[in-house]
Amino acid sequence: MDMLQTLKIALRALRTNKMRSFLTMLGIIIGIAAVIAMMAVGAGASHVIAQQIASIGSNIILVIPGSTTSGGIRVGSGSTQTLTSDDVKAIIAECPSVEFAAPSVRTTSQVIYGNMNWSTVVMGTTPELFDIREWGVVNGRSIGQQDVDGAAKVCLLGQTVAENLFGEEDPVGKIVRIKKVPFTVIGVLERKGQSPQGQDQDDSIFVPLKTDQRNLVRSQFTNTVGAARVKAKSKELLDNAEQEVQSLLNQRHRITNGKEPDYTIRNLSEILAVAEQSSRAMSLLLGSVASISLIVGGIGIMNIMLVSVTERTREIGIRMAIGARRNDILMQFMTEAVLLTMIGGIIGIGLGAGGAMVVSKMLEWPTLISVQSVTIAFLFSAAVGIFFGFYPARKAARLNPIDALRYE
Amino acid sequence: MDSVISLTDIRRVFTMGDQQFEALKGVSFSVSAGEFVAIMGASGSGKSTCMNILGCLDRPTTGEYRLDGVDVGSMNHDQLADIRNSKLGFVFQGFNLLPRTPAVENVELPLVYAKVPAKERRQRALAAMEHVGLNGKENNHPTQLSGGQQQRVAIARALVNSPAVILADEPTGNLDSATSEEIMNLFNELNRNGITIIMVTHEPDVAAHAARRITFRDGSIIADTRA
Repeated sequence: MDMLQTLKIALRALRTNKMRSFLTMLGIIIGIAAVIAMMAVGAGASHVIAQQIASIGSNIILVIPGSTTSGGIRVGSGSTQTLTSDDVKAIIAECPSVEFAAPSVRTTSQVIYGNMNWSTVVMGTTPELFDIREWGVVNGRSIGQQDVDGAAKVCLLGQTVAENLFGEEDPVGKIVRIKKVPFTVIGVLERKGQSPQGQDQDDSIFVPLKTDQRNLVRSQFTNTVGAARVKAKSKELLDNAEQEVQSLLNQRHRITNGKEPDYTIRNLSEILAVAEQSSRAMSLLLGSVASISLIVGGIGIMNIMLVSVTERTREIGIRMAIGARRNDILMQFMTEAVLLTMIGGIIGIGLGAGGAMVVSKMLEWPTLISVQSVTIAFLFSAAVGIFFGFYPARKAARLNPIDALRYE
Repeated sequence: MDSVISLTDIRRVFTMGDQQFEALKGVSFSVSAGEFVAIMGASGSGKSTCMNILGCLDRPTTGEYRLDGVDVGSMNHDQLADIRNSKLGFVFQGFNLLPRTPAVENVELPLVYAKVPAKERRQRALAAMEHVGLNGKENNHPTQLSGGQQQRVAIARALVNSPAVILADEPTGNLDSATSEEIMNLFNELNRNGITIIMVTHEPDVAAHAARRITFRDGSIIADTRA
């Protein structure tokens, strides 16, 4: 029997019991919709994490001044002033696996422009920071080495600061005052969005390191920095870079075996990799829960197909008497089961995609529906039909034609 | 004359648990091309078992069955299905048409399994329906047809693949006497045109239409008469 005829017979059989066909499909529809929606939400989460990795820059380690113990009292990390600009310079000069290193000093200050003012984070840094964080300028220019060397009173604005102080106005060339010191705005940075910790990275102002140390921090230790970002030359060299930085700082800070270091090294990408892994585990978990509903749906298909075979025993007998081979009967019922699950699969894909869209609208959570997940879902629904349709179809094909013809 | 069907010492034993029941106790007869044979007998006489074997729906326990020169006894399921498809046409008591399926598609069914192309299928089905006097009923579903018309559809379906033999099992059992007469006249007409017919019945006036009558009792043939 040709495929077209088989398909026609199967469609007619499904149409005969429209309500029953629909209810049978419902299990598959719900299962596939759940799989598609879960995969979309999971992919969305991975996408967010990937974006955050890109926003902090890749292959980066963070060096911050650590705790010191003086007279038996331990002080928390970041609270001492043991890391200096010279340390950072040494890292660049002496660690072969390091591509860039940028120190930063962080203060919080009120920034004033005309009659507007805004409280924000002021970061003193060097041009390498923008290479490390892969952060470009949309308007004006970035901070250059000459600005740092000359301790120029210039600044770069984050998008949030620019919006709050200037609104629609072009900030480049304007003067803002930070702690009563006038700074010329030389550029506006591109939008970066939230950090992995949920902070608005665009709510900050960048000034040359030396300017910051001299004019804003004004502490007695003018050479200290709050943190240093170090970028390895490649992902593979990240661990090397970490070790090189560690041994260099141990040497420079005279930290011998057994003594507690006065700095801490954090690997930012590692933190995010963990986050990504947990989000992947989460979507795998959700996906497997959804697949269970598919299996339940498949059992529903098998159940209804068994009922259908019993109901149509006489039809099977007629077909056999007239010359249908066992294989023809097998294919007829298999086609019916696969058609059920594939139609259910298509409806489920549509429903799942719609559901994902609603989720992303209502919860403002990005969702991603990949061609891959749609293909997998579709093939899976067909596979459910083949798997759960086989037993009833085989039962039909094995009927004895004499008994089948006599069945009332 | 060539025999279309020849049975030699056919036995059929049914085993139920440790009980054995011999439904056919060594039956032999042959049917030549163009004959119209009525098989008669009370229920339990073995005529239905014999009909199932003739229809290649069942296999004899022992004995030889040749259909159109082919030994059918040793064939497997698929080969039997193909033999039923190409050499036999069935007419049943209960018509046995597919429900919710237009008459013409019922008639086409044997050709579907014979892998005849759709266009030729339709032509041959329409020709067979014309042959049994069903012009204009092609698209009616079985429920929209009278009993006599349904049986004509079944006869058209039996004819469509030009079989060697038509096997009819109580073809008038569900019909009133006037319609029975019509159907029997149709069988006579088909027979005059050279089609071999074997019919099971227990009604003597229906059997009277056949030229030869074989009577079964207790699994054996007790009479084989020609009019």
